Amino acid sequence: MFDTALSWNDMIFLAQGAGMTLMVTAVAVLAGTVMGIVFGVLRYQLGTWWSLPLTFVLDIFRSVPLLIQLVLGNAFQAIARLGWEPFTTSCVILSLYTAAYCTEIVRGGIEAVPPTTRRAARSLGLTWWGDMRYIVAPLATRVSLPAWIGLTLGVLKDSALVLWLGLIELLRASQILVTRLQEPLFILMICGAIYFLLSFPIARLGGYLEKRWSPHD
Amino acid sequence: MFNYTFRWNQALNALPQMLDGALVTLQIALLSMVIGVAVAVALTLFRLSGNRVLRAIAATWVELARNTPALFQIYMAHFGLGAFGIHLSPYASLLAGIAFNNAGYLAENFRGALKAIPDTQTRAARSLGMPAGQAFRLIVMPQMFRVAFLPATNQMVWAILMTSLGVTVGMNTDLAGITQELNARSFRTFEFFAIAAVIYYVIAKAVTLAAQAFAWRMFRY
Repeated sequence: MFDTALSWNDMIFLAQGAGMTLMVTAVAVLAGTVMGIVFGVLRYQLGTWWSLPLTFVLDIFRSVPLLIQLVLGNAFQAIARLGWEPFTTSCVILSLYTAAYCTEIVRGGIEAVPPTTRRAARSLGLTWWGDMRYIVAPLATRVSLPAWIGLTLGVLKDSALVLWLGLIELLRASQILVTRLQEPLFILMICGAIYFLLSFPIARLGGYLEKRWSPHD
Repeated sequence: MFNYTFRWNQALNALPQMLDGALVTLQIALLSMVIGVAVAVALTLFRLSGNRVLRAIAATWVELARNTPALFQIYMAHFGLGAFGIHLSPYASLLAGIAFNNAGYLAENFRGALKAIPDTQTRAARSLGMPAGQAFRLIVMPQMFRVAFLPATNQMVWAILMTSLGVTVGMNTDLAGITQELNARSFRTFEFFAIAAVIYYVIAKAVTLAAQAFAWRMFRY
């Protein structure tokens, strides 16, 4: 097992794959979070009934496999002649996927802010925006950050699926090496170790924050 | 707007085939859940046990399952196990990968659920004369399942969505696999995958509703 044909160049190839994984994840999480905050506030402000269309559309992204979404997105961009690169398509779909989950997290965070606190803010003369900015945002962030970190980890792992569109990210890179070197177990273990190294520290941070910031203990 | 002719007929004609695939998808998801729950209960017991080796096994399993992609786990079952001379079919490796993933997440759910059950329950059971195993089996476990049921429902939906990953290891009998084969034959990608998406959506919603109905029937006080 330690007698391997894997060279340093191959390790660099894997590192580039990991870079692609991180890049796709970063874009998706950034764009998804911005959209998620907007949609989450909208869902809260509009109430259950008026936000029903939005809820339904976002629910689709959570109830259809990501792989199918990616294939559909790619087919759609071809039909609509948008001429997107696989990277763009992957980022767009993953961002929407992230936004769908982030919306729920944001809404949950806003709902966790006691109405009395908000009414107190408004009666002190804060505008709706001021209330959102200075009262709701800090309190809601505290509640939703652990869940948001969990979502980021989920997107990091789910970003492996973009290999289906031909992007060479970490898993695809190791698959290419497996095909060439015929050492599946060893290379996949390295790939798994990289994923683990990327995700485990963030998972621990999330667990720590959850304990540290939990309002009731 | 689009310079493209949609051919929904062609895709709709293949609907019976795709629904057969949906049954396979559901079957894999259910089997993976059954195996996952069984292993997760074992892992939970390992974690509670005083044995350090058992605890380490449980912790490793849970962390590996939760910190690597599901697709990686399926690849590991399909390609990685070959190094030990174990060659799994796409069906078996898909099932193994998802069951491994489910077990890890469910074990974590069960651990959270155990925290919600007061210690006094165990103590009361023990003082009524039950041995530790019986107290856990008859008093703690039913309550644990009650608390963990809704998160487990989510995991079931996840399992259904994860079955679509089988297509990457050559699975061609489940919904995603059949859709991909039909697509390879006709190149009507959008139509076929749109219908597959609708079927997945319906399955996911049906499972969620069924689980809610079941929970209402079983777990209400």
